Amino acid sequence: MKSRESKPNGFLEVSIWRGAEEGAFQHFQVPRRESQTVLDVVTYIQRHLDPTLAYRFACRVGVCGSCAMKVNGIARWTCRTHVSAVATTGPLEIAPLDHLPRLRDLVCDMGPFFEKWKQARGAFVPGAVPETGFAAIDPDSPARRQVEAGIECIGCGICYSECDTVAWRPEYLGPAALNRAWTLQNDERDGAHRKRLQAVAGDAGCHACHNQLSCNERCPKKLSPAAAIAGLKRASAVAALKGRL
Amino acid sequence: MNRARLETWLWLINRGSALLLVPLVAAHLAGMILAVRGGLSASEILERTRDNLLLAAFYGAFLLLAGLHGALGLRGFLAETLGWRSKSVDTAAAVLASLLVILGGRALWALYHAA
Amino acid sequence: MGALSRRVKPGHPGYWAAVLQRLSGLLLALFLPAHFALLGAGLHSTEGLDEALAWTRSPLVRVAEAGLVTALALHVAGGVRLLLLEFLGWHAIQKSLFSLACGLATATGLLFALNNF
Repeated sequence: MKSRESKPNGFLEVSIWRGAEEGAFQHFQVPRRESQTVLDVVTYIQRHLDPTLAYRFACRVGVCGSCAMKVNGIARWTCRTHVSAVATTGPLEIAPLDHLPRLRDLVCDMGPFFEKWKQARGAFVPGAVPETGFAAIDPDSPARRQVEAGIECIGCGICYSECDTVAWRPEYLGPAALNRAWTLQNDERDGAHRKRLQAVAGDAGCHACHNQLSCNERCPKKLSPAAAIAGLKRASAVAALKGRL
Repeated sequence: MNRARLETWLWLINRGSALLLVPLVAAHLAGMILAVRGGLSASEILERTRDNLLLAAFYGAFLLLAGLHGALGLRGFLAETLGWRSKSVDTAAAVLASLLVILGGRALWALYHAA
Repeated sequence: MGALSRRVKPGHPGYWAAVLQRLSGLLLALFLPAHFALLGAGLHSTEGLDEALAWTRSPLVRVAEAGLVTALALHVAGGVRLLLLEFLGWHAIQKSLFSLACGLATATGLLFALNNF
């Protein structure tokens, strides 16, 4: 393993949040290497400098969504974030995501985040089976395209951490849950459209969104949760006008 | 009315009033830029507004829409920035809207019925 | 929430657009009562309105007026941008729309100021 690592090129100054809700930044020096990711830095610290450091990761290739952290103030997927892209010269500051209970060091309790997916009725509910036995969905239909636009969410929580509205209204469902709800509203096989709309309308749901667009800006998958939320706003407004909300 | 439906309606009113206000504000801005040339005088203003039903209707609509839009905007600010999230914030917003419309109505009356 | 969440997040154009929308809206809502009170001063006599208008001739008030006109233009142009995002889904060009709104607001404010001084 060692022989395949590139030669260190100087040192990185790294500050890492230690503790839970209360805590402080701890300083480390990590050898700087070529093509080094932020996750590599955190892993280096845990393996060589302080084995008590707590953090989460699994796939290391941007699929699982478990390694999101705040890097120099911005929430990022650390496994796909090169150090050279975020800290060319200066120090690196790594902290847990915002708006979620901090358990230890870089680990948050993601429970409230996924609880809101449930509240937004983020699970598929089978609708009536069509006469043909299965739903034939045209891949080019507008609804299917809307699904396509939002379906690749990896549930990393970056948008939730970056959203001011979540901070202002703790009950706000947040961009990821609403994005999920919008993909299901556009799934014609789903049978809970009306109930889901009732769950996501209002000031704890889509209508709280102020279009700050941090979700769009920071989403590592380049999704547009804000566009999904706008879709929900329109759909629930139409439902309200028709007296069906 | 449940919370979700109420909020959806208030959002619709906020966005609807915004859409209607766009041409009104554009006209107001253009009028202002033209009117301030060479300074404002009371007689000049009142000459334009006195018994001018069209202008009164224009600003009457403007006032109602701005009152609604402004009160809803303030309601969001109160709830989010100042943390006023109990139901009383709705009453406060309604009072604000009424105050704006009453004060503005008084001004409109003054301009229309000027001696 | 501890020391972390108090740190200001780095912004981006969409974020600043939202901040400006709220600040300009707040400013306008606070200004409206004063605006109406001044116009209402003419309720009883032309002189009343003239007295109120005399106050607006000080340079400081004129600068403030230009600021208010800019804020109003920005709030409307930014509002149109929001309507385009929410109703037509023009998220892809939101940054261009924001710069357009800023340009329009600045131009309106300048046009007013140059006519007013």
